[in-house]
Amino acid sequence: MFPSQFDYHRPSSVAEAIQFLQNDPDAKILAGGHSLIPAMKLRLAVPSALVDLSQVDGLRGIAVNGDIRIGAMTTYAQLRDSDALKAAMPLLSEVANNVGDPQVQSRGTLGGSLAHADPAADFTAVVLALGGSVKAVGTGGEREISADDLFVDLFTTSLNPDEVITEVTIPNPAARTGMAYQKRGHPASGYAVVGVAVSVTVGDDGNVSDARIAVTGCTPKATRATAAEQALVGKPLNEASIDAAAKAAPEGLDINGDHYASAEYRAHLVEVDTRRALEAAAKAL
Amino acid sequence: MAEAVATRIPVKMTVNGTEYAAEVEPRLLLVHFLRDNLGLTGTHIGCDTSQCGACVVYLNGESIKSCTVLAVQADGGEVMTIEGLAKDGEYDPVQQGFWEMHGLQCGYCTPGMIMSTHSLLKRNPNPSETEIRHALEGNLCRCTGYQNIVKAVQYAAEQMSGGSAPTS
Repeated sequence: MFPSQFDYHRPSSVAEAIQFLQNDPDAKILAGGHSLIPAMKLRLAVPSALVDLSQVDGLRGIAVNGDIRIGAMTTYAQLRDSDALKAAMPLLSEVANNVGDPQVQSRGTLGGSLAHADPAADFTAVVLALGGSVKAVGTGGEREISADDLFVDLFTTSLNPDEVITEVTIPNPAARTGMAYQKRGHPASGYAVVGVAVSVTVGDDGNVSDARIAVTGCTPKATRATAAEQALVGKPLNEASIDAAAKAAPEGLDINGDHYASAEYRAHLVEVDTRRALEAAAKAL
Repeated sequence: MAEAVATRIPVKMTVNGTEYAAEVEPRLLLVHFLRDNLGLTGTHIGCDTSQCGACVVYLNGESIKSCTVLAVQADGGEVMTIEGLAKDGEYDPVQQGFWEMHGLQCGYCTPGMIMSTHSLLKRNPNPSETEIRHALEGNLCRCTGYQNIVKAVQYAAEQMSGGSAPTS
């Protein structure tokens, strides 16, 4: 199965990459290619050119210094195997170990996943729950986009066509923060039928001071489950508050159904996975 | 949209220790380059949608699905296919494991299974059964039910760690 013909560019700098994107509005960025190349084989994507970022300097690597900064072209395998990341925020390594399979992990990149905004991706919800952001560089300069503002719709982000994600930042979590990701993967593809990522902070008074809960797989884009968050804040993190948050989690979400799973079943999974993720986060405090 | 003119692009890569140079269309997949241009047909094409793992090879030391990588992306790189595994006519321990433990029936998935196993044991020389099954999630076998594949991986791990092979 061959993709349609296209031109291929391999820039060595972000500036050069942006130039290629500016010159050709139908060009697409090639990161790990594990979403784009399959889409091109099926003619779901027919770009006129690919701008391969693999040889651009400075887009790979993990820096832990309070905040965690991850180069956009860092692969899942690098996240999975990084001792620094396993020590600083093991959740990110664990999630990377459960994206696709080891071969997908060898090629797929964090920046690529966020830019592609697949509605069933894992890291979209995880970065959203952790309050992360991306650095985007384009002809208009550089800007920081929070995950809250990045995901717009199905496969759609607020990135401009000539912008490249260069870095992902996960802020240093406040003291007494527990985080977890719970996913029900499709048995064949591994994509999330439903995934729930949570980050919960307990304040000095013993009550939840901040809760961020994000779902994937069941909505057009990674989305905050705000009803569940509101059910937790100001309450002690215990069985009762977790139960209330789990029951509230599907409220207000635009939950979809398809031939894999009905909307009703997905709503049920949102509740179950929210409960399990919160229980895991409470244990990790 | 008009079809772009197919500009061929020069690529160079080392495959199983031998350097190759060619001019290829950007859309040529690595698996086709290996099979059709180099005649290395040990790497199989199964699903062609990065699910089944029949096409797994090493690229720069990492196991990848060569149906989802363009040949131009491997430019300047080092590839190892199933044909590169045996040394001096001796099977690699992973190949021996699949032979000894009957880790195959039709054999179609086997080259990919062996390459993925090889990559697992490089990262984790002593995997648990759960870790073996997790590491082979990207390789589908329609014949064996995976039991003997797990045994083959365990056999190879034993061999590579210098221990004695388990008897079946």
